[in-house]
Order: sequence, then C-alpha cells, then structure tokens
Amino acid sequence: MTDFLRRLLATPQGLIGSLVVVLVLFAALTGAWLAPHDPDAMAALARYKAPGGDYLLGTDQYGRDILSRILSGARSTVTMALLATLLGTLLGAVVGTGSAYLGGRWDEAIMRTVDAVMAIPSLLMALLVVSLLGASGANALLAVAIAFMPGMARITRAVALTVRKQDYVSAAVARGEGSLYIVLREMLPNVIAPIVVEMTIRVSFAVMLFATLSFLGLGAQPPAADWGLMVSEARQYLHRSPWILIWPSVVIAITAIGFNLLGDGLRDALNPRT
Amino acid sequence: MSASYILKRIALIFYTLFIVSLLVFGITQVLPADAAVMMLGENATAEALEALRNSMGLNDPIWMQYLRWTGGVVQGDFGTSLRTGQPVGPALFSALGTSLTLAVFSLTFMLALALPMGVVAAIQRGKATDLFVSFLSYIGVALPEFVTATLAVLFIADWWGILPPAGYVPLSQNPVEGLRHLVLPVVVVSIIMIAHVSRMVRSELVDVLHTDYIRAAHLKGLSRGRILLRHGLRNALLPAITIVALDVGYLLGGVIVVEEIFSIPGIGRALMAAIQARDLPVIQAGVLIMAATYSIVNFAADLFYAWLDKRIQYD
Repeated sequence: MTDFLRRLLATPQGLIGSLVVVLVLFAALTGAWLAPHDPDAMAALARYKAPGGDYLLGTDQYGRDILSRILSGARSTVTMALLATLLGTLLGAVVGTGSAYLGGRWDEAIMRTVDAVMAIPSLLMALLVVSLLGASGANALLAVAIAFMPGMARITRAVALTVRKQDYVSAAVARGEGSLYIVLREMLPNVIAPIVVEMTIRVSFAVMLFATLSFLGLGAQPPAADWGLMVSEARQYLHRSPWILIWPSVVIAITAIGFNLLGDGLRDALNPRT
Repeated sequence: MSASYILKRIALIFYTLFIVSLLVFGITQVLPADAAVMMLGENATAEALEALRNSMGLNDPIWMQYLRWTGGVVQGDFGTSLRTGQPVGPALFSALGTSLTLAVFSLTFMLALALPMGVVAAIQRGKATDLFVSFLSYIGVALPEFVTATLAVLFIADWWGILPPAGYVPLSQNPVEGLRHLVLPVVVVSIIMIAHVSRMVRSELVDVLHTDYIRAAHLKGLSRGRILLRHGLRNALLPAITIVALDVGYLLGGVIVVEEIFSIPGIGRALMAAIQARDLPVIQAGVLIMAATYSIVNFAADLFYAWLDKRIQYD
C-alpha cells in the first residue's frame, strides 16, 4: 500500500491530482463549518462586491458571500458526483459482468443493446430521465447514474473477460484453489484497478454533467448553493460583476481537473509496465 | 471488407434504432403529460377531452400506439407537434441541417488543431511543448460548455465586441455574417473534443514510435520525417478515426447546450424546448434522429477504417 502510494505520488499527475482531490474532499466534509459567513444570508448593502476585505471572493446579486456559498456547496456537488459515479458503476458492473459470465449469444445480444443505448448522448439521456422524474437534485443523481451505465457495462465486461483468461487464474484453478479464493485473491484485484481508474475520471465528468443539468434548470433548484446553479444564476449579472460567475466556474474546473489528474496518476501507478 | 460485414453493420443500425425507439417511446409514455389537455387547454370539458383522446388513439393499448408511431416514422411521418400543431418531421430536419452545419465546422476545426497538437506532443515527448499541450488538454477537458460559452460571450462578444454574442444567420443567406455567428459556438463545442482527441493522438503515436518496425526503419537509415509520415502517422491516425466517431456522441450532447446559449435554431434547442413543454412527438422524433445520426456516422467511420486498413478482415 505504501509502495503504491509512493508510485502514485511520484508522477506529477498523481501528486497534483491527489492534492486537489484531498482538498476538494476536505472542503466537502468541513466546508459548511469553514464558511466565514452564512451562505444564505442576504445583505442589501453588500451586493456585487468585488473580491477583497471582508468578502474574500466578493458577493453575489443578493449580497451573499461567494466563498461561503462555494464552500457550503462543495458537499452536495462532490457527494452527488461520487454517488452517481458509484451507482452508475454498480449498475454497469452488474450488466457487464453478467454479460461476460453468460457469454455466447446472450453476451452478443446484451452488448449490442448496450451499444444501442450509447447512441443517445449522455446529456440527452440525463435530460430525458430528469424530465421523466421531475427536476431535483436526487433525480439528477439517478439520471447521471443511468447515463453512465452503458459505458461502465462495456468496460467491466471487457475487463472481466480478459482477467478470466489470464494464466494466473488458470494456474490457481490448476493448483486446486477454491472459487472464493480465485475470485477474491486473483480476479478481484485485477478487475478493480482499471475500474477505479475509469471511475475517478468519470467523477470529473459527473461534476460537469451535474453542473450542466443545474445550468439548464433541471438539477439543483434555487436558492441551493450548487456550483452549476451559481454559474447559471450569475449569467444575468455578468456585466455588473463577472466575479459571481468566474469563481464557481473556476471551482468546477479545478475539481474536474483534480479528478482527471488523479485518474491518470492511478493508471500509471497501478500499471507499472509503462 | 465483405458484403456480409456491411450487411451486418446495417442490421446493427436498425437494431440500435429499434432499441432507441422502444426506450424513448417508453419514457414518453410514462412522462406526466396529457396530449389532449395540452391541445385543448386546462378548461376543456371531460367529454371533449375524451373525444379527442379517442380520435388520437390515446386510449388504445400501448403496443398499438407504438406500432402506429413506428409505422408513421418508417413512412417519414413523425407526427404532429403538440405545441405548434405543425408536422414534426420537416421542422426537425431543417433544425438538424443547422446543427449539422455547426457539427461539421466543429469537427473540422477540432481536427485542424487536435491532430497537430497530438503529433507535436508525441514527437517532443517529455519536453516543454509536450507538457504545455497536456496542460492545455487538462484544462480543456475540465471546462463544461456552458462555462466556456458564457466566458466567451463575456470577453469576446461583449467586452471587445469582435463577434456577435448570439443568433444564427444561414450561410446560404449571408456567408460572411453566417460564419461570424458560427465562430464562438464552434470554438466552444470543440474545446473538450480538442483536448480529448489530441491526447489520444499523442498516446497512439507514442506507442507506435516505440514499435519494432519504427526501430527497423531507423536502422534502415530512413530519414526521420519519412519515418514519421510514412510509418508513424499512418498507423497512429487510424485508431483516431474510431475515437472521433465515438466523440460525435459527445458532440451531439454539447450541441444541445451550445445551441441553447447562443440561440441557434438547431435540433438541440428544439429538443430542449420540447422537453420543457413536454411536447412528446417532438421529443420522440428528436431523440430518434440524434441516435440515427450517431449510428450512421459510426457506420461510415467503420467502413472508412476498413477501407484504409486492408489488414482488417471483418466477417
């Protein structure tokens, strides 16, 4: 484990990615307490303040402190992205490993159907699911998970198929190991690595997808301190104070970059050949 | 490439459209929207609503409604919009034309930037240029379209006033104004794809440059430029075709956001409006047309790939 961590932190992607992700997770856990102001407190006299002084990142159109809103919004944004990715991966893994296990014609039929579903762009799929269930944060979570499902199904299937054919699995079978040992000690570690890499990169995609849904009015609803929603609401006041828009955009980008870098770092660390 | 492979691929397109039609029909059936109420208004009498439902076939079993819908689609009849009362097909296909203009310009712009970026990064692997390209691509991948679009409008359109902030002028009507209106949407929708494709090209080319046949070419004494062009690029760019075709799915999603922000009357904007108004026939037709576009592009890419790479023998 320490060996793995050292390899991860040795690459620039792994190092920067881990730092950013740890920072983002820290903000998600403690952001609500760290916030210097009440994120929902409006102040008529402190509207459109530029960054500086009492308000480190300035204030928005209602005089709410932008830093506090970003910090308190971190929890819902990050939790939603993590949960949606996890749920999408679980759903996809069931379909993908099931398909690999059944094999033959069933495998062919299931994978062609998965390909067919992928012909609908993820964003459009998420839009359809949200309009079906109603616009809310929880429904957006389900929508993103469903949109991720076909892609994750393909990946888990491919991974499960290659691992099953590996020599070390055959060797374990020849040694007479029990199925539980083979699945847990030989197959699982090798299945998990590529899936964890893919999930990490998908989290950044999920953050952006949620932000886009909120932006289109189909995710978080006002007055929630959701990052995508903050950008969406700020567009009207762009000319009064661009800061209202720029800060949440920067935070979305940093979070997405962090998870992307961490994913690439994990890939290198888990795959020592290259 | 055999005839049976092509037939199999075409059959796959129809299977895809069949699955998508089932999905989208299922979703729109469950959507809490009553077509009769939408057409007659909230104050219509129960008898009038019932009569309209009967005449529209809304009281028939679901499988009958599905067969009637797909039967119409096969004959080119996509139904009537609940919102405008106009036939769905012609309106959506003209919107698709607008979106495809945007998409083709975006793909061209993306390739013109992403290919050289990926190649230069691969050749200069580990040097400053490579790091700069990957730095740019990390940023590019992390910016959602609505953020880049808003910033582009703020800086380029509003502050500097170089380009129009929104709107669409058909190229056939006024080519100069049409292009000016397309610049910002094209750039915005391309950014994520540029980042993605340049990274893919870089890693493909890095892999190819480490193969035995490249080493053999070096030992044969071929010039570096010749090796890169004749051996490296040919083999590295082939997989890029497939990646670009798969990215078209992403492009179609991005088009929805960009059309919404820049007020471009394309299929993405028509779909957003239909989803907000619960205009079921337009949603059904729009999703089906988008899926068909994606399938056909991927089919064309597979054929192109197989034609370029004669080693591939599909069965």
